[in-house]
Amino acid sequence: MQFKLAALALSASLMSGTAYASCQIDGRVSIVGNEFPAIHAVVEGAKECKGGEITSNLTADHQKINVAGMTGNPAEYTSAIIANSSIVALMNDDLLRPLDDLVAKFGQQLKPNQLIKIDGKVMAIAFMANAQHFVYRSDILAKHGIETPKSYEEVLAAAKIIREKGELEFPVGGAYKAGWNLAQEFVNMYYGMDGKFFEPGSAKVSINNGKGIAALEMMKSLSGYMNPDFLTHDSNATNAEYRAGNVAMMNMWGSRAATLTEIEGIPQEVKDGFAISGPLTVGESGKSASTLWWDGFTIAKNISDKDAEATFKAFMNGIAPSRLNEETKPLAVWLIDGYEPTEKAKGVFNAANMQTKPYPMQPFMGLLHSALGGELSDFMQGKEDAASALADVEAAYTAAAREKGFLQ
Amino acid sequence: MRTHSEKNPVHLSVLINGFVILWLLMAAFPFLWTVWGSFKVELDFFSIANWTNALTGENTQRTHEGAFTAAAYEGAWLQEEFWLAAINTAIVCVSVVVISLTFGTLGAYALSRSTHKYTFWLLITALIFRAMPPVTLVAGYLLPFFEWNLWGHLSTSIIVLVAINQPFTLWMLHSFFQKIPKDLDESAKVDGCNQFQAFWHVIIPVMWPGVITTGLFSFLLAYNDFAVTAMLLAKENHTMVPKIASFLGTTQTEGNVMFAVASVVSATAPLFILIMFFQRQIVAGLTQGAVKG
Amino acid sequence: MKHRTFFWFILPTALSMLVFIAMPIVSVVTQSVYTPHEAVLVETESCGPFGCSKETVIDQAATKSLREAEPLGRFVGLEIYLDRGHLAVDEVAQAWRDSEGISEFISELNNLPFYRAMGFTLTYTFTVAPLMLLLGFLIAVSVNRLNRYLKGLVIFFSLLPMIVSPLIGSLVLFWMVDSRGILGTFLQWVAGDPDLSVKASTSLTWVMLIVYGVWHAAPFSFIVFYAGLQTLPGDLLESAQIDGANRWQRTWHIVVPHLLPLVTFVALIQLMDNFRVFEPIVGFNSEAHATSLSWFIFNDLGGETRLLSSASATSVLTIIGVAILLAPVLVRTWRDYQRKG
Repeated sequence: MQFKLAALALSASLMSGTAYASCQIDGRVSIVGNEFPAIHAVVEGAKECKGGEITSNLTADHQKINVAGMTGNPAEYTSAIIANSSIVALMNDDLLRPLDDLVAKFGQQLKPNQLIKIDGKVMAIAFMANAQHFVYRSDILAKHGIETPKSYEEVLAAAKIIREKGELEFPVGGAYKAGWNLAQEFVNMYYGMDGKFFEPGSAKVSINNGKGIAALEMMKSLSGYMNPDFLTHDSNATNAEYRAGNVAMMNMWGSRAATLTEIEGIPQEVKDGFAISGPLTVGESGKSASTLWWDGFTIAKNISDKDAEATFKAFMNGIAPSRLNEETKPLAVWLIDGYEPTEKAKGVFNAANMQTKPYPMQPFMGLLHSALGGELSDFMQGKEDAASALADVEAAYTAAAREKGFLQ
Repeated sequence: MRTHSEKNPVHLSVLINGFVILWLLMAAFPFLWTVWGSFKVELDFFSIANWTNALTGENTQRTHEGAFTAAAYEGAWLQEEFWLAAINTAIVCVSVVVISLTFGTLGAYALSRSTHKYTFWLLITALIFRAMPPVTLVAGYLLPFFEWNLWGHLSTSIIVLVAINQPFTLWMLHSFFQKIPKDLDESAKVDGCNQFQAFWHVIIPVMWPGVITTGLFSFLLAYNDFAVTAMLLAKENHTMVPKIASFLGTTQTEGNVMFAVASVVSATAPLFILIMFFQRQIVAGLTQGAVKG
Repeated sequence: MKHRTFFWFILPTALSMLVFIAMPIVSVVTQSVYTPHEAVLVETESCGPFGCSKETVIDQAATKSLREAEPLGRFVGLEIYLDRGHLAVDEVAQAWRDSEGISEFISELNNLPFYRAMGFTLTYTFTVAPLMLLLGFLIAVSVNRLNRYLKGLVIFFSLLPMIVSPLIGSLVLFWMVDSRGILGTFLQWVAGDPDLSVKASTSLTWVMLIVYGVWHAAPFSFIVFYAGLQTLPGDLLESAQIDGANRWQRTWHIVVPHLLPLVTFVALIQLMDNFRVFEPIVGFNSEAHATSLSWFIFNDLGGETRLLSSASATSVLTIIGVAILLAPVLVRTWRDYQRKG
């Protein structure tokens, strides 16, 4: 991170020399979004534009404030930077403006796959991608003659060998913290089983089936090779385990994998053995047990056309292909034209190539995700069986979806 | 009491001293450990591989010359501009203490001097208000604050913290005021003061210890608040606690735990000084008020 | 005091509480009996960086007219309070009919999120309060007997657990109690079990949270009791000693009754704060093992799709819970008032 920010400052200063002198805007720009170096880089670029007032509020709590901040008229924020899971809340409240005309006028640099189209209208512009994928210690696997696992079944087999040889007691890592993380792992695994979350065209949930149970059983088997505290491990804790050399295999976010071995004091063998591949598969389906994510920007509905135009133009400067250089490239897996994946971006690219499904954008997916996060921990602790855990999830989801008016 | 303590039999002294030492260990050890660990690198601080690493600083030695490094402090204070958060915290705390005490002393004085039945119900209502979880309150503020352009400013958070803190302040000050004889303001009124003059010139001067104690609790509330400051302040106005939380990173993004640890230590240091300074007053204040239900 | 003077004195504090607490409470109560409108769903095609797929979205045009007709939403009365996420009356009745004994009924009840949260909240509240009172009292009595020069230092260190932000305090302890951390290793050594992990076990997590709660709150009762001890009538103690009362009798018959009014105050504040326990649960990542009512609200507000009505209903239930807890104290205060009035 320290390195990242230093690099960022450097890149910002380098670029200000060659800045788009042409970026002139006329209007108010106010951006709310998450906080990490890649988003900082984009916003820095947007701020190079002259002629308007550009402010930003980049914080990890962006999701709690963006709906309220875009509701007023005129809205406090002219733009929210979101991901495919969080665009839903803004869509549900009808706070976003279609961007088709702005794309036609100012968006020549955009590739077609950057346009997020919902019902035929462009609602967001994506600029970076993310996915969870397999991260492992090549030295440990090689030492015991294990081929790089391609499926979770192979991970289990490898874990068994590593444990029996006395190499590591808990060779598998995973962000299984009860709540959002655990639910995310189920979503991955269920997609890997080729499952469907909802009955087509309705908000009725259907996960209490053979695939759901198989997904849960696989998670349970994996957890047998994890640190017993796995229900408290988020991706920070899982990474810390890997860095300390306690874990040989894990499913990790692409955005986190890139910086995994960069902090100070990491043992040399961990640095040297660090390796990534793509997402794993599970079961017979051959589908990837992961989800694809994008980050992008949206523009508020309740602002003047002038401000919307200024915001769009500023972002076009922020994600201009010319801003890709040695410093900004490693910050993320960019979707920007002309980006060549770095070695550490390979995992996310493999995920895309494996036809990994994007995280679902249904308006009620967030409710199911919360229900999964709350109800699955009993099963993981062995307090109830898979079928009743899934029944609990369905009941919790149904109550929430009724409240929100998705189910009658 | 002191006369008795000198006559403590040996076994009792041993018992008491042993208990005090045990308690001090429990109270202070986590902080001493954190202070020690804040001069290490992340791997040593967590010492997941082996807990003794936290003592020896094995990984720290590999990257830095010695077993200690101030890198985390440098990163947090200079690179991440923690000093800005420190200034914001200072502004918020001082304002919250001053305003809460002004509102609180006025209100509590009135409540303690009025003999009407409604004072009881006002106090009870304040208590029920305190039962409201701050999380809910803050969620309710978001929409109107954005609508009226109040969101993000220090002043908004200050007034919200004052309001949330009023019930406790009122109850505490009320019990202090009740200890002060009513004859005092009555005689002042006979001398020609009006109620406010009596309050200001006669009552407040004898109330100082109580006011300081209550102020200290207001200060702690503002200093340690997370729910209000994290949700209602714009990033650049963040106080120390939300700033520390933001160092921890999120699911998909890398944080910097050592910056958080260094900031935790930095944020605790002023409290040390504060307690050193006001220790006598707090005890004196509580003695005088003898806070009662 | 005249009504008019009283009014001006009380105005600033009353106004601030009215605007920032009373009004939100009114809106929370309203919100808990209204829910969002039924969403009109349509299936459309959505496209992104990873191809196109069929997605269900809300038909904004159709939903908008519903919203404009009734801006508050659908009136549902107490439905939210009674649904599975809260009091779960149907599920509880079902469990009562189906279970074959009280223990099975309780385990069924534990499967419902609200009762699970309630179970921990009540256990926490009623164990932390007495323990912290006891610990605070012991520390106060011991410190009071110390040498004058040592006192200052001891008081200063004793206050540390209270003055540090709960979120940070619990985070620090969470790091230490890890099975490879210093406290975790120590516990393994004490228990003689190298596999012992506090974070992996529900009952140990509860114990850890309660220990944290006592640790964090004891300085508060300590400082209040310590202050109380300074006003202890010395002549009373002296005469008791002359009458031949031993140390324990003196403590029990003179010191404890003297501090009793303070106990009420500390207990009142503690019951209230512990009932709203929140930060430790986040700090200790203990969602899998223990949740509380405040955490429940936080969870409803923090998801991708916020459940405002549900969070409001839980908040109202929290207030009612606190009111019930405080009822005995309030009745006592009322009697005091009557006597004085």
